[in-house]
Amino acid sequence: MMRLNPILSQKIIKTLLWILTGSTIGILFFIIIYIFIKGLPQLSWTFLSTNPVDMGRSGGILATIVSTVYLIGIALFFATPLGLGTAIYLTEYTREGLITKIIRFGTESLAGIPSIILGLFGFAIFVIAFGWGWSLLSGGLTLSAMLLPTIIRTSEESILSVPQEYREVAFSLGVGKWKTITRVVLPAALPGIVTGIVLSIARSVGETAVIIFTAGSSLRFPSSIFESGRTLAVHFYILAREGISMPMAYGTAAILVLLILIINISAYMTMRFLMKRYS
Amino acid sequence: MPAIAINNLDLYYGSFQALKGITSFFKEKTITALIGPSGCGKSTLLRCLNRMNDLIDGIRIEGQVLIGDKDIYAPGTDLIQLRKEVGMVFQRPNPFPLSILENVIFGLKIHGQLPSEKKKWEKIAFRALSAVGLWETLKDRLKESALSLTLEQQQRVCIARIVALQSRIVLMDEPCSALDPMATEKIESLMLNLKENFTIVIVTHNMQQAARISEETGFMLLGDLIEFGPTGQIFTKPQDDRTNDYITGRYG
Ligand SMILES: Nc1ncnc2c1ncn2[C@@H]1O[C@H](COP(=O)(O)OP(=O)(O)OP(=O)(O)O)[C@@H](O)[C@H]1O
Ligand SMILES: [Mg+2]
Repeated sequence: MMRLNPILSQKIIKTLLWILTGSTIGILFFIIIYIFIKGLPQLSWTFLSTNPVDMGRSGGILATIVSTVYLIGIALFFATPLGLGTAIYLTEYTREGLITKIIRFGTESLAGIPSIILGLFGFAIFVIAFGWGWSLLSGGLTLSAMLLPTIIRTSEESILSVPQEYREVAFSLGVGKWKTITRVVLPAALPGIVTGIVLSIARSVGETAVIIFTAGSSLRFPSSIFESGRTLAVHFYILAREGISMPMAYGTAAILVLLILIINISAYMTMRFLMKRYS
Repeated sequence: MPAIAINNLDLYYGSFQALKGITSFFKEKTITALIGPSGCGKSTLLRCLNRMNDLIDGIRIEGQVLIGDKDIYAPGTDLIQLRKEVGMVFQRPNPFPLSILENVIFGLKIHGQLPSEKKKWEKIAFRALSAVGLWETLKDRLKESALSLTLEQQQRVCIARIVALQSRIVLMDEPCSALDPMATEKIESLMLNLKENFTIVIVTHNMQQAARISEETGFMLLGDLIEFGPTGQIFTKPQDDRTNDYITGRYG
């Protein structure tokens, strides 16, 4: 076998790795630029501030933005306390044992369920059994089940990374367990918890399968959480798949991409800010 | 009357007996040092004095610890009150990741004793930080993170956190072992100042330190308190051969 000069082989490996990294970033930029080139020209104030007309062939996307916000708001309203509570219970109130194993197995399994199956579940329970029909409430609740594993896991990790010493000092100062958690542990764990929540928002923005099944796809401006609503991602999907209007589809896609970028950047900035504040 | 009276105290971690019938009296406004080889039970004994050991599973404690005239192991003891009265300083400085001011007022705030006017907070900080010799250095930096301070200053802030709670007893578990000799010297002179108002019990590996600052010293070995008496006597004319062996360096 031919033996390569080590310096040369180092160089080859480096170049290869560079190409691989470069193409990952390249693909990301290609997608973003492609969407922006096609989509940005569609954007205008009217596009953002008026409701869709004629199935979305003309008009704007206001109703879909509002539905998206509602849906995410509802999902977080349920998933955040439940997820954070579970994480606190798992880390501070139990010892590793059968119960924690069951809870962990449960959340891992929940994380592994394809979103379309979750959608079906939400349809069967909230839409049919509870009789809420296709509604933002049904959609938000189903979405919260999808976000729960992420929120639990990131919160758990951040809580565990808070030095044990803080709990000990608090104890030595006569601080009870619950106060230690709320006044010492959670503030120190906040950057990680918030980042987890914000990233889960980014994930819900792009979700479609779950939402079509549970929140439906009505294009009307939602006036309550018991009405059906169409999110940005669902709107994009329907516009493109049914061939209703490609320019409108790209316009919606550009907003979606922008939104996800903004959310990711703000997650990063929040984390930086909170880390500075608390360390 | 002694500030702390320990009466026939036994402590078991599961089936392992870590303290064996300890009886001793620690005087008020005095520095008492506990010395002895690693694993002899110094920290365990110290942590009995503010019931820090309560958290440990399978622990069993028998006997009495009187602080003032109250047995802190008697049923119905107010643990919050106990820990306000008996503060603890740890090996590694451990201020919270909060500002210096927030650290100092932490105890009062969490126990709902903080006056609502912010002006008074500064007064509390003034008192507590002056007591630990930091006021002049830090008075303009109260809003900065306590973690930005040097280790020695952090340790002082931790002591100030206890002072602000108006504790009467301060337990210190090797408070200088994370510090360099210069910082150690400064913390030692702080302890000598604090002694005017506080009863201090310090666990240390450093025999010179015990000799320099304490008035009374207890030597422990394998869960027994072998000898207890005035520091000068322990280090110059120990009564027990085992104490003698330890201070002459035979246990390492
Ligand atoms: N939580 C615990 N569970 C079981 N055994 C323990 C526990 N904590 C301490 N021990 C044991 O009790 C004995 C006394 O420990 P302790 O920490 O009080 O010693 P120490 O004198 O402070 O030692 P060092 O000088 O190393 O700090 C040791 O044998 C130790 O292994
Ligand atoms: Mg120890």
